Amino acid sequence: MTTPRNALVPGGAADQGPASTTPSGDSRRLIYGHPSLLAERPTHYCPGCGHGIIHRLIAELLDELHLGPTTIGVASVGCSVFAYDYLGIDFVESPHGRAPAVATGVRRTRPDAFVFTYQGDGDLAAIGTAEIIHAAARGERISVVFVNNGIYGMTGGQMAPTTLLGQHTTSSPEGRDSSLAGYPIPITEMLALLPGVSYAARGSIADPSQIGKTKVMLRRAFEDQLGGGRTSIVEILSTCPVGWGMTPQESMDHVANEVVGVYPLGVLVDRRAAAAKGA
Amino acid sequence: MTAVAERPRLMKGNEAMADAAIEAGCDAYFGYPITPQAELLERMARRMPELGRVFVQAESEVGAINMALGAAATGAKVLVSTSSPGMSLMAEAMSYMAGSELPIVLINVMRGGPGLGSIGPSQSDYFQATKGHGHGDYRVPVLAPSSISEAVALVADSFELAARYRTPVILLADGIQGQAMEPVMPTFRMPDWDTASWELTGADGREPRVVKSLHLRPEDLEVHNAHLQAKFATITEREVRWAGEQLEDAEVVVVAYGTAARVARTAIERARADGLHVGLFRPITLWPFPSKALAELAPRLRAIVVVELSAGQMVEDVRLAVERVPVFFHGRTGGMVPTPSEVVDRLRVAWALTAPTP
Amino acid sequence: MTMERATILSGFGGQGLLFAGQVLAQAGMLEGKHVSWLPSYGPEMRGGTASCTVIVADRPIGSPVVDRADIVIALNPPSLAKFEGLLAPGGLLVLNDSLIEAVPGRTDLEILRVPCSALAREVGDERVISVIALGAAIARRPIVGEAAVREALGAKGRPEVVDANLRALALGLERGAPVVA
Repeated sequence: MTTPRNALVPGGAADQGPASTTPSGDSRRLIYGHPSLLAERPTHYCPGCGHGIIHRLIAELLDELHLGPTTIGVASVGCSVFAYDYLGIDFVESPHGRAPAVATGVRRTRPDAFVFTYQGDGDLAAIGTAEIIHAAARGERISVVFVNNGIYGMTGGQMAPTTLLGQHTTSSPEGRDSSLAGYPIPITEMLALLPGVSYAARGSIADPSQIGKTKVMLRRAFEDQLGGGRTSIVEILSTCPVGWGMTPQESMDHVANEVVGVYPLGVLVDRRAAAAKGA
Repeated sequence: MTAVAERPRLMKGNEAMADAAIEAGCDAYFGYPITPQAELLERMARRMPELGRVFVQAESEVGAINMALGAAATGAKVLVSTSSPGMSLMAEAMSYMAGSELPIVLINVMRGGPGLGSIGPSQSDYFQATKGHGHGDYRVPVLAPSSISEAVALVADSFELAARYRTPVILLADGIQGQAMEPVMPTFRMPDWDTASWELTGADGREPRVVKSLHLRPEDLEVHNAHLQAKFATITEREVRWAGEQLEDAEVVVVAYGTAARVARTAIERARADGLHVGLFRPITLWPFPSKALAELAPRLRAIVVVELSAGQMVEDVRLAVERVPVFFHGRTGGMVPTPSEVVDRLRVAWALTAPTP
Repeated sequence: MTMERATILSGFGGQGLLFAGQVLAQAGMLEGKHVSWLPSYGPEMRGGTASCTVIVADRPIGSPVVDRADIVIALNPPSLAKFEGLLAPGGLLVLNDSLIEAVPGRTDLEILRVPCSALAREVGDERVISVIALGAAIARRPIVGEAAVREALGAKGRPEVVDANLRALALGLERGAPVVA
């Protein structure tokens, strides 16, 4: 087993709260630290890739919500399969697209665990469409972190179901043509229609402000599960500079300027909040 | 926890196997309706929730087997059942579970193929069960009952093998065994089951665990494969099972498993009434195949007759196991079942063709 | 001498054949015998032709699928056509006289014609037709005893159903009783 467990820093500073001071009486405030559940090692992700940021958000939230000891993560197939190398929690690896079914099995047999899947857009919106739709239709009490960068990164940048019209990929070299390859699939909007989905939102990692908003969405999704909600999903518009043929900065700008036009940001459904408001 | 009733119960195979799993402490069942195993799913649908255990009817066999994967990763004792076309859909996850070393028990109540085939009984998934399903270098133990009572016993044994070797185990039955009723002594058994050293619970007070089959560096994957192969060698060494009937004076032996072995038993009785010294060699583990026992038996035989509900699959393993003994074959396909008379005819042919020259 | 007797019950789906077959198997089991019950399964069960094979033996049963039967109960014409040929010479053929006009081609069988449908109407429940035929069959071929069949029937269903089945059994036994010693 290759998980870098020894690299984890115990008692990380991410457990926010009031600022701490060092034992020497130094009055500097610690406002940002390394999440205890995030491995202290460089990731294998490409420069400008969003996975590192999203891993960090998850590690921070699991720390903040004290979920490290009770979490079972479900890793999917794609670049992010190695999430278990960077997050210091129990993980099961799923076949391509099957993470929501695997998470169902975990959920049903470990009712007290915190269960989440981490899936890319090829995994969730193409090969795993049946599994995500039906896990959501059953309203499995799981949280789905859905990272959408509009491309198959791990296999070399092929067209995904989420690829924008006109976007050049190695399998749509002239740009995605709707007459040949159809249209980008707004799967989170589709899922939000299901009564089994208690929370659905879409954020991005295009800039620090968006990252902060995405973290709020993830927190809301995780709290939804902890509060007895059903399926919660946060789609995160992310980058693939190498697959897109862009610099990291260009890729961030592309998300902020182009991708959000096709996949609008915001909360799509929040049934528990709506119910609370109605009550 | 062995329940002993005074009298046997007349039980349908599918229901008896479901009850056996429940009595063996099955924590979770995942399935999808398909003939001829639907009664197993229906029985679990009724009984598991009553017992506070997990039952999920999945959206597909793909969904069911992956739910099983997730549940098995938490150390749960998991049963999945299906029939042939569903088994094909489960092939992918079987490979992942073999690679991830996850214990589950999968019952395949075989029907005629290929494709949508028929719903009649069949043994045409022998290759799939013993040599394949998914990709990669792996095997899983395959147990083949020839009566409903034996199926009940083998359910508990399957769970035990699964946990002992951290492997999926296939219980290979056929449509007749699923649909027929026979008396079953409800003496169920609670198998040994210990998953504490690797199951996922949340990393509370211990190092995190990862259940996975990915080893991206070829050097690492080769080490993992060597470990798996060593495990398969141990299983082959220790877990072979077979049964013999009337072998003492047999000159021609039928090799058959499951329902085919039952047909052969009737044929052997008729052939013996006609003075033919014939016996039955019945593999119970199809993998590991009882090659050694068969090889030891072979030198005193004139001929072997393999009977299958297939076009000839196990016969290949028989031919690999024995040298210089003629191996005859009789099979029916598509959901048809060989009749005792057909088998008797084949035995007569084998008997005549291999008669010692005076 | 060992005993193994195969009975095929056949007719339309809904005539209670599978049930009567289970009763026969259950009765054999109650007597401590080896039994197997094998239905035709699948779409033909739903309203079409249905059949089941019951084997009762005093030693472990080989093939649950038979290529020769000792008793065939045929409740409709297609069943007669399908299963007549499986009977061993001297075998018992129980025919539902209410629905089958045809005369079996074979001359080496013992043929028992019973107006099962008409008798079932007498009992007041069409579904007991197979139990009537079963009663007639075991009167001629006592592969299981009447007491065991009564016990098996008594364990199945609501009191009024049990009552109807027991009356049907009695009618069948009466019709099947050999007249000549």
